[in-house]
Amino acid sequence: MSKLNLIIQREFIAKVRNKSFIVMTFLSPLILVGMGALVFFLMKKNDEKVKEIVYVDHSGLFSKEDFRNTETLHYQDFTVLGVEETKKKVEAGNHYGALIIPKQDSLEILAKLIEFYSKDSPGMSVMNTLENKIEQKLRNNKLNNFGIDIDKINASRIQSDIKMYNFSGEESSKLINGLKIGVGAIAGYMLMMFVMIYGTSVMRSVIEEKTSRIIEVIVSSVKPFQLMLGKIIGNASAGLLQFFIWGILLFIISTVATSVFGVDMVEMQTSKLPAEQLQAAKQAAGGDKMQLIIQEILRLPILKMFLLFIFYFLGGYMLYSSLFAAVGAAVDNETDTQQFMLPIMLPLILGVYVGFATVINDPHGPISVAFSYIPLTSPIVMLMRVPFGVSWYELAISMALLLITFIFMVWLAAKIYRVGILMYGKKPTYKDLYKWLKYKG
Amino acid sequence: MKNLLEINNVIKNYGDFRALNDVSIHIPKGSVYGLLGPNGAGKTSLIRIINQITMADSGSIFLDGAPLAPKHTADIGYLPEERGLYKSMKVGEQALYLAQLKGLSKSEAKKRLKYWFEKFDISAWWGKKIEELSKGMAQKVQFIVTVMHNPKLLIFDEPFSGFDPINAQLIAKEILQLRDEGATIIFSTHRMESVEEMCDDIALINKSNKILDGKLSDIKREFRTNTFQVGLNTTNQKEVEEQLKANFKVFPADFKLLGKELTMNVKLGEKDSANDLLSFLTNRGEVQHFVELIPSANDIFIQAVNKNN
Repeated sequence: MSKLNLIIQREFIAKVRNKSFIVMTFLSPLILVGMGALVFFLMKKNDEKVKEIVYVDHSGLFSKEDFRNTETLHYQDFTVLGVEETKKKVEAGNHYGALIIPKQDSLEILAKLIEFYSKDSPGMSVMNTLENKIEQKLRNNKLNNFGIDIDKINASRIQSDIKMYNFSGEESSKLINGLKIGVGAIAGYMLMMFVMIYGTSVMRSVIEEKTSRIIEVIVSSVKPFQLMLGKIIGNASAGLLQFFIWGILLFIISTVATSVFGVDMVEMQTSKLPAEQLQAAKQAAGGDKMQLIIQEILRLPILKMFLLFIFYFLGGYMLYSSLFAAVGAAVDNETDTQQFMLPIMLPLILGVYVGFATVINDPHGPISVAFSYIPLTSPIVMLMRVPFGVSWYELAISMALLLITFIFMVWLAAKIYRVGILMYGKKPTYKDLYKWLKYKG
Repeated sequence: MKNLLEINNVIKNYGDFRALNDVSIHIPKGSVYGLLGPNGAGKTSLIRIINQITMADSGSIFLDGAPLAPKHTADIGYLPEERGLYKSMKVGEQALYLAQLKGLSKSEAKKRLKYWFEKFDISAWWGKKIEELSKGMAQKVQFIVTVMHNPKLLIFDEPFSGFDPINAQLIAKEILQLRDEGATIIFSTHRMESVEEMCDDIALINKSNKILDGKLSDIKREFRTNTFQVGLNTTNQKEVEEQLKANFKVFPADFKLLGKELTMNVKLGEKDSANDLLSFLTNRGEVQHFVELIPSANDIFIQAVNKNN
């Protein structure tokens, strides 16, 4: 077996056998889903408590129809009790709050005079519901005053759905645009997480070899570059295995959770949206729309996206982890890594921020294009742009730049690595690193 | 081929600092070669170049007649001064891994490890992690890892540090046996008594330069001062001492005898022979003690380095 293979194998096994790896791999999906389920459960419990709201309507505009009970909100008409008496009752803690609607001819002025009294500050959703109710009622009254038929207004509602095309004949819609943003964002974010977790893991592994002093024995058998490469590949393999297991576990757990506990994962994720919006989305997704989405997903350049994902994922990871390896080699212990970590983390985080800020608004704008060329940010930003269709020449420039930088950085990192692994004692400065680059052989 | 390793005119710079300045050393096949020098003299730099951990800036190195090349890592075993193994890896797996990196097949490595583990009576440690072993135990494992691929050239940097006297003796015995079986050994240490005990040849490096090399016996001859320790039974000590001082250079004795003899160190002049001194003494009393003062490796080290500084 070749030495590189041996090193990869050892690194992989050392990583995978580590207790924290095993715990992380099998526990974190459980924790993730568990936490989600817990939050969902608590939210449901929180909402389940029925809030009793009493109202005093002196305007005479509202009827019982306007204050229909919902699952969480119950209304009672306290108009006969009068304002003072009602307030007292609420203050005594018998009811959640009191809505006071005074007598006022002008609807505009009335809209500003309505008051709500409660013992504790009311929740946002309660206030939103009440305000919506009042606004709707007052608007309808106003329209009536203008002599406009509300039914006609409702009947006149039209929803436009502009179909978007580009000149290569691809059809798209807003919905699929959202999907593209989602796919790109997930890919970019995953790459950042992967680099952060497994890049630092490469660094730690280098530091471990340095502090345990086995490094000198190893490099008397293999070339430092081989060792570095083996580490990078070994750790990445362990990482891919972990991601793979996470994927499977998440799928299994969510399936089980859905069927056993009746927790709807989709509902879980969208539960933060107001109910009406959710309703609209569900309607939109129904029937023809659903088919359209599937068709459009199939029309995405999936193979191209997949291949590019692999290229940028590997390129980005290798580029960054070789820098992490160089940092690990330069220092004696993990606390000394701080000063060198910042310049590595910065472009990584910048990539994600720039990606989220610009690509979503305009995937082909000048900033997103520039950052998808700059090699340290390109893996993340380009991955976000790819679903929107990037021309071949742009891809070629970006890939070529990444490849050249990758080779240059690995060469640079290997030089620092080779000298650094045998240096002990003094915490190196950037000046020292520069000196190491000039050492021959 | 008489020399296993030939190092010719090696220069190594780290930035502005010259670690090795035109160093040439020839190491005879089958010898135990002492590589000596004060701390920071350049020994480790030279050893790392032999191990191809770093490269010389200029100069040439031949191992067994061939220019030093990457494939030679399999022919060299290196025990660095700073010992280390993977702490959380099991002893057996670790040894197998390191053996395979040295080019042994897995089955061959297993066979040889079994032999060595039995020889050192440490088979029970196979499944233990290094962090569970004591320092001395880990050192034994490291020694095995260094020698198990039967390299032509073995480099030991302070091999006895961390061992108790019994285990140190065991290791010394193993090293000499490896030499007898054909290995050539480079031995770097500051413990001069073990140099006396084990080394056939030495080289002394000081401040990046080789200042001395050759057979230890030749070097000792070179460093002899023609000084003798003398112990004489005589009734007339004062007078004999005066006469000695008149004919030779006399120093106070650096040794002790059991009786009340006249004791002193006598340095012969250029033209004197040992017999001149001896007959001088026998004429004046009974000679109890007459030994040439042979310089120790320690003396040579200190003298040569001081002179060079």
